[in-house]
Amino acid sequence: MTALSEPAHDLRTTRVGARRKRASALGSRAAYAYVSPFFLVFGAFGLYPLIYTGWVSLHSVNLENLHHSTWIGLHNYVALWHNEFFWNALRNTLSIGVISTVPQLCMALGLAHLLNYKMRGRTFFRVAMLMPYATSVVAATLIFAQLFGRDYGLINWFLHLLGVHHTNWTNGTRWQSQVAISAIVTWRWTGYNALIYLAAMQSIPSELYEAAAIDGSNRWQQFRNVTVPALRPTILFTIVLSTIGAMQMFAEPYLFAGDGTTNGGGEHQYQTLALFMYQQGWTNFHLGQAAATAWTMLLIIVVLVCINAALARGRSRRG
Amino acid sequence: MYMAHRRPSGQLVTLSALIAASVVIAGCSSSKSKTASSSSPSATTSTTAAASASAPAPASAAASSPADAGGAPVTITVGDFGTFGYKEAGLYAAYSKLHPNVTIKEDTVEQSADYYKALQTHLAAGSGLDDIQALEIGFVADVTANHADQFVDFNSLPEGPQLKSTFYDWKWSMASTADGKQTIGLGTDAGPEAMCYRPDLLKAAGLPSDRATLNQQWATWDGFIKFGQQYEAAAGKKGQFLDSAGSIFNAAVTQGTEQYDTTAGKPDVANSDGVKNAWALATKAAQAKITAGLSQFSTPWNQAFANGAFATISCPSWMTGYITSQAGQAVSGDWDIANLPGGAANWGGSWLGVPKAGKNQAAAEALAEWLTAPAQQVTMWTSQGHFPSSSTAAKDPAVASATSDYFNKAPIGQIFGDSASKLKMVPIGPYDTQIQNAIDTSLTNVETKGADPAKAFSDALKNIAQVTGG
Repeated sequence: MTALSEPAHDLRTTRVGARRKRASALGSRAAYAYVSPFFLVFGAFGLYPLIYTGWVSLHSVNLENLHHSTWIGLHNYVALWHNEFFWNALRNTLSIGVISTVPQLCMALGLAHLLNYKMRGRTFFRVAMLMPYATSVVAATLIFAQLFGRDYGLINWFLHLLGVHHTNWTNGTRWQSQVAISAIVTWRWTGYNALIYLAAMQSIPSELYEAAAIDGSNRWQQFRNVTVPALRPTILFTIVLSTIGAMQMFAEPYLFAGDGTTNGGGEHQYQTLALFMYQQGWTNFHLGQAAATAWTMLLIIVVLVCINAALARGRSRRG
Repeated sequence: MYMAHRRPSGQLVTLSALIAASVVIAGCSSSKSKTASSSSPSATTSTTAAASASAPAPASAAASSPADAGGAPVTITVGDFGTFGYKEAGLYAAYSKLHPNVTIKEDTVEQSADYYKALQTHLAAGSGLDDIQALEIGFVADVTANHADQFVDFNSLPEGPQLKSTFYDWKWSMASTADGKQTIGLGTDAGPEAMCYRPDLLKAAGLPSDRATLNQQWATWDGFIKFGQQYEAAAGKKGQFLDSAGSIFNAAVTQGTEQYDTTAGKPDVANSDGVKNAWALATKAAQAKITAGLSQFSTPWNQAFANGAFATISCPSWMTGYITSQAGQAVSGDWDIANLPGGAANWGGSWLGVPKAGKNQAAAEALAEWLTAPAQQVTMWTSQGHFPSSSTAAKDPAVASATSDYFNKAPIGQIFGDSASKLKMVPIGPYDTQIQNAIDTSLTNVETKGADPAKAFSDALKNIAQVTGG
């Protein structure tokens, strides 16, 4: 923009500037044409379903009689507010989100730092790091569900060797089940985040480290005072992605239960919001209620992302 | 049909989806030759099976119906789920032989729950329906209550009374509207229940293991539970006595006058005598610690069959096939079957309905009538192990005098036949599947987590309110 407007001060270029303006108007029209396919597809498969879901959420609609929907205003939202299972699911989603995201990102940062050193077989470790991410979530969850099996699971067998009593991971206490599910998420996503951190680390100029070394700071101080501040935007990016991912967590708790139910454990210990929504819509067939839950989830995600962004902005201003 | 009333493990399905996906990937290069070669062997097997199927079939129903008189070529689509087995039993091939102008296409969905969702959407849209749609006991009540007018009414057909006479009364009325005027489906199989057990494990615990003695000692559920306590106290016992408290509940709940619904088809769990009685018995068994605490159809439950982790399990007729596949041939002859404690009960079963929106309604009616006719139900039993819902078929010697080698030569035809003939009609409703799941979940909590039965029951009611409310 500034590059374009600066020559306009020059008298000689006024006419050229006018021509350029016309050209850019034409060009922007062409640009609209170029980007329109995306927005048409987005409108049909993104925006329309979003708005239609909002419309459905204001009705009482059941799958068995789709054509007899009746307008009930905000009643679905009021019902959701008074539904103990909704609050339970929200609590679960937040706690699983924290248990799975925080250690995962810390580990990813540490791993990226280690991989950033020159060492033998670096490429092998980097590829190995990404393997869990390349695994399908269904396959990973099924394997983990077997490992965490109550009677014949490998983990209980191992704990038994250590003298720990059999743990009922799939239907035990809230804490046990949520840790087990967080283990799946952490296993799958740590390497992915580590690679993102690694890429960002490699763009940090080595002079900064040299200068820090000359100033007498050790590895740990370099990590804290050079690496982490330089990675701040990347860390924010991974936090936003992880937050959205945690809010939408579905396959892990659904498949972990192992009996095809949508309860998320016998006492809803790990029923996440997405699973709760699925249960309303496709187990109980109350489409209106499910739509209301979907919209509520959207609002919660927007709020959380805004909080993330605000926190990050505040920090960077201070830093 | 097989997994009647209860969804099978989600893992099984996802696993099979995974396998299917890998097959697709692996078969990319040779898919053409594969499909070409696989079509011929299946054709030959079905014609050999058809020879036995078509021989006893007088095609009585087909002859009396107005279908395909002109012989114009017609393609009939049959929508079903799980392992319906008509194709495997060679019945489609046999029908096409009798009516060369008819081509039958099967449209199968793996899980009945997924099938039901698709069917509901198609019924709501009024399009996308197959010429024949299979209806399972878990949702037939929903279809009769909300969509009866979209299906052919077999009751008002000229051959209606004759059709009705071949079925068990309860089977006919389950697919009929509350006023009994419309009947929207013809019964395929049924799930009369018995008690499957491992004589070798009972013997090792020093307890009687022959059918006659057990039929006496297990005449009531209380007697059965008492027997279980003796088993648990025995020195030689291996594993637990019973697989799950759900095994008792799901059988006993149909032994009352009501299970989950009033006679008007409205859900009413809290006041049902069947639920109260079954809940009391199941929690008694759970608290007596005679169950293995396994959630039915979960992966650990499947594994437990092969590990011999329990000595008894209440089994609808289709469960015998499930046991055979899960426990494997290694224990063939180690299982046996006794009568179900507390009287006759039914779990599962399906119907065939003909949507009016179909283009080939008359031909579809004829096919549905033929597939569910007694002769074909006998074939389904001998070939696939599906117990007939036709009382005429159940009296056929091929059914009534059938024995099973896997189950220690038990007279399975007579045991299941007795149970089926003593069944009474229990009202069913649109939410039965979800209600049963909710109760099973609470029961598992009593079994494995020591939850208080009263609290667990109120939790179940809360979960059920999520389904039935709004």
